[in-house]
Amino acid sequence: MGHFASFADFLQMGKHGLYVWLSYGITLLIIIYNILSVSWDRRQFFKAAKRRLKRERNQA
Amino acid sequence: MKIKLPKWFYQLASPRWFYDITSKLSPWFAAVAFILMLVGAVWGLAFAPADYQQGNSFRIIYIHVPTAILAQSCYMLMAIAGAIGLIWKIKVAHMIAKSCAPIGASMALLALITGAIWGKPTWGAWWVWDARLTSMLVLFFLYIGVIALTSAFEHIASGDKAAAVLSLVGLVNIPIIKYSVEWWNTLHQGATFKMTEKPAMPADMWIPLLIMIIGFYCFFAVMLMSRTRTEVLRRESKTDWVKSLVERY
Repeated sequence: MGHFASFADFLQMGKHGLYVWLSYGITLLIIIYNILSVSWDRRQFFKAAKRRLKRERNQA
Repeated sequence: MKIKLPKWFYQLASPRWFYDITSKLSPWFAAVAFILMLVGAVWGLAFAPADYQQGNSFRIIYIHVPTAILAQSCYMLMAIAGAIGLIWKIKVAHMIAKSCAPIGASMALLALITGAIWGKPTWGAWWVWDARLTSMLVLFFLYIGVIALTSAFEHIASGDKAAAVLSLVGLVNIPIIKYSVEWWNTLHQGATFKMTEKPAMPADMWIPLLIMIIGFYCFFAVMLMSRTRTEVLRRESKTDWVKSLVERY
């Protein structure tokens, strides 16, 4: 496969497996966090706005 | 200061127009970002040759360089958007600036973390107080400062203004980051891509890097649009068009 002779070699990355996979893992986590926080934020806005709208209607 | 600006500039300044146009644009950017980042990561991790000195640890370059570049571009965008907001009183510009800060902070943090992890096998230390690393840390703190300042005021407009001024002052740091590897003695290597020269690495190494950089830019565009869209909703929540959106949700 590509540069590496086997999948085990690929995981091992010479002596640098820990460093490489740690970097990519943390990056993936932060990317996922970015995506999730956007959708949480949006959902939170709509929930709060809906409640506010209802309250306004009831008062009117 | 009064400068006549093109029509699209004012259209972009309308929160509703911004909301509508970005809802059409962002799925395309998301698709391109996903494909490019996937291709770039697989190519960089499994197919690019190992560095003759650094071995496989060099593969960290495919996230370290894109996140570091993006952290700086995002900062410049944030400062420019803040300036536009200050000068022309454009609300959307402030919303964009506000949305830049958390994304930029996470990119700066990633550049620092991946740099530290790469530094360990390469230099033998997680961290050194070198000009490039220190100025990058300052960039991260500037982002944190902007985030804190934006929400530190009771009036949204005051927070926007304070944050815009801080980000403009912090712009000095950007050329310092860029030239730190030339002005000071440093462990950090020079730029991979230069305008005037061909990259000093084989195509099999730099093409995936270029793909990753473009992919990260597209990802940034999606995140910026989505964050700003929520900010538009929040700040325009009293308008009829947002209310009707809320009703249909």
